[in-house]
Amino acid sequence: MNVYADLFLTFAKIGAFTFGGGYAMIPLIRRETAEKGKWISDEELTEIVAVAESTPGPIAVNAATYVGSRAAGFFGALLATLGVTLPSFCVILALSFLHSEFHELTPVRYAFFGIRAGVLALILRALFLMWKQTPKKVFSYAVFAAAFAVCAFLPIHPVIVIAVCAAAGIVFSLVSERRRAEK
Amino acid sequence: MIYLKLFLIFLKIGAFTFGGGYAMLPLVADEAAAQGWLDSETMLDFVAVSESTPGPFAVNIATFVGSRTAGVFGAVCATAGVVLPSFIIILIVSKFLAKFRENRFVSGAMTGIKPAATGLIAAALFAAAATVFFPAGLSGARFAEPSFYLSAGIFALAAVLAFKKLHPIAVVGVCAALGVAAGYAFGL
Repeated sequence: MNVYADLFLTFAKIGAFTFGGGYAMIPLIRRETAEKGKWISDEELTEIVAVAESTPGPIAVNAATYVGSRAAGFFGALLATLGVTLPSFCVILALSFLHSEFHELTPVRYAFFGIRAGVLALILRALFLMWKQTPKKVFSYAVFAAAFAVCAFLPIHPVIVIAVCAAAGIVFSLVSERRRAEK
Repeated sequence: MIYLKLFLIFLKIGAFTFGGGYAMLPLVADEAAAQGWLDSETMLDFVAVSESTPGPFAVNIATFVGSRTAGVFGAVCATAGVVLPSFIIILIVSKFLAKFRENRFVSGAMTGIKPAATGLIAAALFAAAATVFFPAGLSGARFAEPSFYLSAGIFALAAVLAFKKLHPIAVVGVCAALGVAAGYAFGL
């Protein structure tokens, strides 16, 4: 098969069969690429997951772009990214029309009454998982508390919060690096 | 123009979300409220829909907001916007992967961004909880309504299930069934 078609179809399959996105997608990407000896090695995939954490955007898109670009340059990256995006795009487009058609129906309204309370639990769990990955340092706790307070109680855009915290992180690391060097 | 606006706003969201998934929620919620695109209840409905459908959360949510706001072409613009920053950055970074990760400015920025993203999710949870438990604002009368206690009960059960690692789709399914049962039983 043509490498472009192969990239597109492989990533369309990955996009169509991963629920929840993000890290759930990594094992499937590994099975479809590295394990089949295709495009990238196991080590590269591990590396890309680490890099995906320090670059913005969905991890699935980051991984697809990287694998595609390594396999077949710019157009490879484009087709892999298109492939991973297209299935959810189509499914969601259909569901968004269904939701606006049917959300006024009594049973659907009741179902979403229950679901909304359940979603709180899912967000709580996501928060818990992220909290576990946060370094156990005073600096992290302070940034966490400040970001929460500012975003919850002040009309300040989250993008500004992220940018300020990134700058604070750089200053903090450079200062603690210098302190270590002085000792 | 609405299409350009959708594209640019989701471009911004895509460029400032690290870690993907729920990290995007606070940014999308903030923009959707500021632009008057979605109310907070529709937003929560959609988080559930996104959990129960395949694909990356970011793409799902961009497609949904885009399609709700401006139809199919709106969905295309929002999705293209949310994907583009990571696409371009990875194209550039893929040439010197290891060096990027070891760069002290990148790792320094991440020591600030990671806890900040966690704090933003905590704020999103706080806002979502307010929507569910006090949709009409904080008032004592709310404690007399059965729906308050039903929501609290469903939330508690869902939390137990979620922390017992039940799949999110199953959690959403159980809560939908409970919601239907409670709705008819109490005539909400």
